[in-house]
Amino acid sequence: MSTANALVISDLNVRYGHVQALSGLSLSVGEGEIVAVLGNNGAGKTTTLATVSGVVRAVGGRVTAFGKDITNGKPWDIVGAGIVHVPEGRRIFSRLSVHENLQMGGYLVGDRAAIARRTRRVYELFPRLGERRKQEGGTLSGGEQQMLAVGRALIAEPRLMMLDEPSMGLAPLVVKDIMGVIKAINETGTSVLLVEQNARAALAIADRAYVIETGTVALSGRAADLATDSRVVDAYLGA
Amino acid sequence: MSPFPGVPTEQPPDSDPGAPQPPASAWVAGTETAVDRLRPKPAATGDNFLTKALQNRYLGWAALGIAIIAPFVDGSSFAIGVMTNALIFVMLAVGLNIVVGYCGLLDLGFAAFYAIGAYVSGSVAKLLEWPILATIPLVLAAAIVAGVVIGGPTLRLRSDYLAIVTLGFGEIIRITANNITVTSPTQMPIISGPSGIYGIPSLSFGGLDLGPVSNPLGSYFATLLIVAIGVLIASRLGRGKLGRAWRFIREDEDAAEAMGIHTYTVKLAAYIAGAMFGGVAGILWAAKQTAVSPTDFQFLYSALILMAVVLGGMGSIPGVILGAIVISALPDLLTGAGAWRYVIFGVLLIVVMIFRPQGLWPHRAVERVRRRLRSRSGPYDAEPPGSARPPVVAP
Repeated sequence: MSTANALVISDLNVRYGHVQALSGLSLSVGEGEIVAVLGNNGAGKTTTLATVSGVVRAVGGRVTAFGKDITNGKPWDIVGAGIVHVPEGRRIFSRLSVHENLQMGGYLVGDRAAIARRTRRVYELFPRLGERRKQEGGTLSGGEQQMLAVGRALIAEPRLMMLDEPSMGLAPLVVKDIMGVIKAINETGTSVLLVEQNARAALAIADRAYVIETGTVALSGRAADLATDSRVVDAYLGA
Repeated sequence: MSPFPGVPTEQPPDSDPGAPQPPASAWVAGTETAVDRLRPKPAATGDNFLTKALQNRYLGWAALGIAIIAPFVDGSSFAIGVMTNALIFVMLAVGLNIVVGYCGLLDLGFAAFYAIGAYVSGSVAKLLEWPILATIPLVLAAAIVAGVVIGGPTLRLRSDYLAIVTLGFGEIIRITANNITVTSPTQMPIISGPSGIYGIPSLSFGGLDLGPVSNPLGSYFATLLIVAIGVLIASRLGRGKLGRAWRFIREDEDAAEAMGIHTYTVKLAAYIAGAMFGGVAGILWAAKQTAVSPTDFQFLYSALILMAVVLGGMGSIPGVILGAIVISALPDLLTGAGAWRYVIFGVLLIVVMIFRPQGLWPHRAVERVRRRLRSRSGPYDAEPPGSARPPVVAP
């Protein structure tokens, strides 16, 4: 584990009305790490990411990113702090072109030349997007849309990328590709917080992982250990 | 086979899947598959002559040319009056298009800003005996203040709620106007309640009289100049960084926020920009009519402006201009039908919306999505791979 932390969540509490979504959840992402968060529906995975990115407010606990307290910060401040959220279901702009979708990722980047440079790099990373740059986002295949969502986040040049179920609804082969891309992005120095239901795919690339249940961490450890842990195997990986 | 209907099957990765080569996967590297090659290139998708003509960059100049020539084709004062009204309506529709078309905020009280423009310019020009164009800065300031006052609290609401509040606001302005009486220090009535303001100076510039009766051509061209500048500004706004943020919010406000867009400020900017266009249109209206009254700004008027935007194609400047001209001129052109003209008008609108729900002249993106969706169920998968001829898509 690396010494510096990209993200530290401590004792986070979030409530939706009377429903306690997170109760005392704590986790950390070291700089340069890929950390997976596993869990069933309703365990609080998406809420965790939404709270970090400022879309949902916490009623208790602290979120620290790169040494700075960002608890309940505004979404644009969080993006400004180098954290980009690739939301569940991709949320690309289906009626805007691929290129316009990418430009949106650079909304807070003032430097036009930097945006152009990063856009070119995204097209190099995903040639498919380059070929389809003028096509509307909604006409892409599911895998291409996920690539577009990741590409859009890359334009902001995040220090920490948070991905919410990138494998959702994709064919196994495409999931493998997506995970490969996440690994590749991580190897350029970006820390990754990966929320997944597809435990096998996530554990294959993650350094460490947390299993969360009913809003709190139930298990944590090195990804390789968890992949063979009998409790994880029984609950999430199957025989 | 393809995991997604209508989408080409991916080739299995030909590199060793275990090798940690970053983007080396075949899927990502995207070697074109045979099926892929059959897909028509986006640019070639049914771009017939008409589509190309409609996307021509010189089209705006052509439209301006037509507007300049029009009064020489029919120079009757009736025709010039109809055309001037149409121009003012274009200004309104282009302004509302920023709010509704670009940003996706449903505003049912847009006539309020029109009323504010007409009342501020009319009363100030009459009271201080200013040329009416000199009130432009004042009207813009008033529109900004009104935009902040109304937009400030209401833009925290979404969709239907916003529509209801703006509807209420439009009525508040009209009823307030109905009850205002202002008299000048010399006992001259400036604003007289339900009778509104009369004796407003017509357009003039320097010593040049541009009154609608004394110099109808001059009045028309002065209005055309101001509206043309307005249209140019609106289309620039739509293409800039702010315009892009507006479209992101229209498409998905939550995603836009998550990507770092300060959604509230950006929505307020759209609202204020729209208000300024409404205000300037109010000046033009006050100057053309020389009298304005609260009945000019009824809810029906807000609804008609919205209709122009929807009929023409939300977010599309040429569409909105066309919609405004149709909505504003059609009742006048149907005067021959007498009492039946509004019935015919209504039926025509319904017919258009049935056959062209996306508007007469929609924003190109909408058009293309529809085409592609239709071509999706096309015969790509049925064609044997390797047959070179791309399937022909009927335009």
